[in-house]
Amino acid sequence: MARDMSDNDILKMELEQLQKEVKNTREPVSKTAKEICEWVEAQAAEDPLIKGVPEDKNPFKEKGGCIIT
Amino acid sequence: MGEMEQMKKEAEALKTQIEAARKAVHDTDMASAASGVAPAPRVQLKTRRNLKGHLAKIYAMHWSTDNRLMVSASQDGKLLIWDSHSGNKVNAVPLKSSWVMTCAYAPSGNLVASGGLDNMCTVYNLKTPVIKTVKELDAHTGYLSCARFLSDTEVLTASGDTTCALWDLETGKQKTVFLNHVGDCMCLSLSPDMNSFVSGACDSLAKLWDIRDGQCKQTFLGHTSDINAISFYPGGNAIITGSDDCTCKMYDLRADQELITYQDAALNSGVTSLALSMSGRLIFAGYDDFNCNIWDSLKGEKVGVLSGHDNRVSCTGVPPDGMCVCTGSWDSFLKIWN
Repeated sequence: MARDMSDNDILKMELEQLQKEVKNTREPVSKTAKEICEWVEAQAAEDPLIKGVPEDKNPFKEKGGCIIT
Repeated sequence: MGEMEQMKKEAEALKTQIEAARKAVHDTDMASAASGVAPAPRVQLKTRRNLKGHLAKIYAMHWSTDNRLMVSASQDGKLLIWDSHSGNKVNAVPLKSSWVMTCAYAPSGNLVASGGLDNMCTVYNLKTPVIKTVKELDAHTGYLSCARFLSDTEVLTASGDTTCALWDLETGKQKTVFLNHVGDCMCLSLSPDMNSFVSGACDSLAKLWDIRDGQCKQTFLGHTSDINAISFYPGGNAIITGSDDCTCKMYDLRADQELITYQDAALNSGVTSLALSMSGRLIFAGYDDFNCNIWDSLKGEKVGVLSGHDNRVSCTGVPPDGMCVCTGSWDSFLKIWN
């Protein structure tokens, strides 16, 4: 737990992590952002909260009220 | 130069290098990439269910994979299992400790878990004739902020002791401890392929972890306060975070950087919770100001709001089939919208 660690140990842990992460490969945003958009757009057509849920297929439609005459 | 001074210097140099590497791949921004995308329609959802039953603040809720049952946790000391279609309560699980902060439904539907200021994650079997406590996972030295089942035999937890942990439910022991945050861990989200997870903490960082080798693979900077909510994007290549700094952010895992910030000058309440619609296009973010704002995740614009709670929205959840969104609040009610 970081709470039990000395400042020295915390610094060592942060340094070791940075040494690892500096080696990560990073892909261009032009490619990754485009792919995110494409994936979402392909799925959005079927997304019930975007296209709406027809009343007759809505398991959460308001239950009928009772009328007392 | 002392050893610490030396290490600080080296750390600063590495941070500068990483920033430069991120800039080097930042050849465009999300606004440009999404310029060809049609704006999301204005989203107006109606309250379909108002679930009354808890007697105190609701802190957490989680959908079952059957898209119908859900579990909620309140500081009235109970977990309630709801049938969201009928609005009926199916089960009530009394908690040993009422200071609950999280709850989770196992993908199988057989188990639920809860935890909080007792520093433990307690797992219950819903399928025995009387609901039984199956295990008390006791090793964290700080509060339990989030728990998620990988299966009926493994649970992931996030804790105020700054660590996350993978537990074996058969032995009740921690298999792996994920240590790298320097602030309380507040939230976690499993990747769609279940090989990794992301955590958000009070050190303002989000981290990506490999579940099997226990290593932190990536760290995401940008927030200026506690990250209270986090979720993997359904495609698995991005994450969304929500913070006390009043913003949500999208981080791209492959470009290793922030792509958009979801913020509004008029919004000056912290984000408590978030959930994504099935496609990822909509972000439902709960705020301290009693509202749940709906963001277009690609365009960065607010496209709707869910108003109706009389207190902070503490939790939000969308079931796997994406048919609705549930909000839970300190006003003790859960609402279902679509």
